[in-house]
Amino acid sequence: MKEFLFIYRRDVNNIPKGSPEEMQIETKRWMDWIGSIAAQNKLVNRGNRLEVGGKVVKGLSLVTDGPYAEIKESIGGYSIVKANTIEEACEMAKGCPVFSIGGTVEVREISVM
Amino acid sequence: MNDDKLIPHLFRTEYRKIIAVLCKTFGLEHIEIAEDIASDTFLQASETWGIKGLPDNPAAWLTTVAKNKAKNYLKHNKILLDKIMPGIKYSAPQTEETIIDLSTENIRDSQLKMMFAVCHPCIATEAQIALALRVLCGFGIDEIASAFLTNKATINKRLVRAKDKLRREKISIELPLPDEINNRLDVVLRTLYLLYNEGYYTSQNENILRRELCYEAMRLTFSLIENEQTNLPQVNALFALMSFHASRFDARMNEKGEAVLYDEQDETLWDKKLIQQGEYFLQQSSRGKQLSKYHLEAGIAYWHTYKEDTKEKWENILQLYNQLLMLEYSPVIALNRTYALSKANSIDEAIAEAEKLQLTHNHLYHTLLGELYKNKNVQKAAFHFSEALQLAKTPEDKQLIQRKIDAL
Repeated sequence: MKEFLFIYRRDVNNIPKGSPEEMQIETKRWMDWIGSIAAQNKLVNRGNRLEVGGKVVKGLSLVTDGPYAEIKESIGGYSIVKANTIEEACEMAKGCPVFSIGGTVEVREISVM
Repeated sequence: MNDDKLIPHLFRTEYRKIIAVLCKTFGLEHIEIAEDIASDTFLQASETWGIKGLPDNPAAWLTTVAKNKAKNYLKHNKILLDKIMPGIKYSAPQTEETIIDLSTENIRDSQLKMMFAVCHPCIATEAQIALALRVLCGFGIDEIASAFLTNKATINKRLVRAKDKLRREKISIELPLPDEINNRLDVVLRTLYLLYNEGYYTSQNENILRRELCYEAMRLTFSLIENEQTNLPQVNALFALMSFHASRFDARMNEKGEAVLYDEQDETLWDKKLIQQGEYFLQQSSRGKQLSKYHLEAGIAYWHTYKEDTKEKWENILQLYNQLLMLEYSPVIALNRTYALSKANSIDEAIAEAEKLQLTHNHLYHTLLGELYKNKNVQKAAFHFSEALQLAKTPEDKQLIQRKIDAL
């Protein structure tokens, strides 16, 4: 089996600032989804969420905020799964809760060094 | 306790005390000497007590005799005496009188250290369990053989190999260093949990010994809680988990010795004291930041102490299973998670998820699908139950599945 990185992207402005109950439902969706992948023995690493803020280092003296100043969608988190083919990995990604807020999942095969 | 029960019980408890202390004194490479002295002591006890009757304090009698035998042995074995004398020369005036220390304190200390030696990562798990039963629990070879449903020769072979390993690897009887305790404890806890499960999950027609395996695993786990250095959150979590499961002992089996499934159990038979004990230690386990699989499993077991199906119960169980799977995959956890999903979310979602698992060679997989389909599509339910029936190996499992088919 090959390993694939799931990169979750969404528009930061689209993240609903819901009530605690709504946040709880959102968390449950993610946990059920990752749990489903884990139940198929296809989870390598559940990964993590990323904080909204960040910096980009472009050289010795150039550090900028971003990169989302120009791009609409930024990375909200990542996970690592295993699958036989990239098609199979994409099939798994289809249940991801990120779509409910208009986000995307980028699926990339990991090439082991 | 009458004499028939008292003597085997006494042999077991005194055997393990004597072994632990003598091994700690002589070194593990001389474990056979310790075993010989202990066996001799019990032989003498059976002979003497058979003629003269039970002494007033049988435990003290055994301790004294064992101590004398050990002293005698040392007197005639200068090599061993010289070897162990320097090691203890700072502790007390050294004569063979004082070096065999069978005080309660030393027994407890020796047994704890012995647990880490027996559960050393270099010894195969199967052998660890047999060795634990022999030297930590004081079970006889025939008892271990019958608990494992095998013969004495197999167990003997396992024990000899394990003891060889202890010698060759020069494993000493001591507590691991503080920064190693967590890692070493992982193996100890795993072995104790396996020992427990060995007793819990094989419902061999109400074999009394099997329940005792569970109690022994609990006793050893509790002895880790009693020691400050090993009283760690994951140990408390494991003890809580064992307590919750043990609370259902009387409800899990009917008078005919058949297994009673959770749903069909009479909850008035659940042991409230053990449930409370589990709750207490689960609370104790929540100190610290570490979330072990024992915490999650204890959490699941805790929610199962509520018989009534509520949304809250199943939602909590589902999330605990999700987390457990993220830590460690196992087919059984995946199937249990899917069952929880059917209760917390919906049967349709659970069916879709179950079919993704593709555990088609597992009878539990087909039992679960049969169960999920039973009120949705009787034909499919019947298909899965009959697959399950073909795959099931034990008569108990077949019987349970047949009952489900008949109820369709």
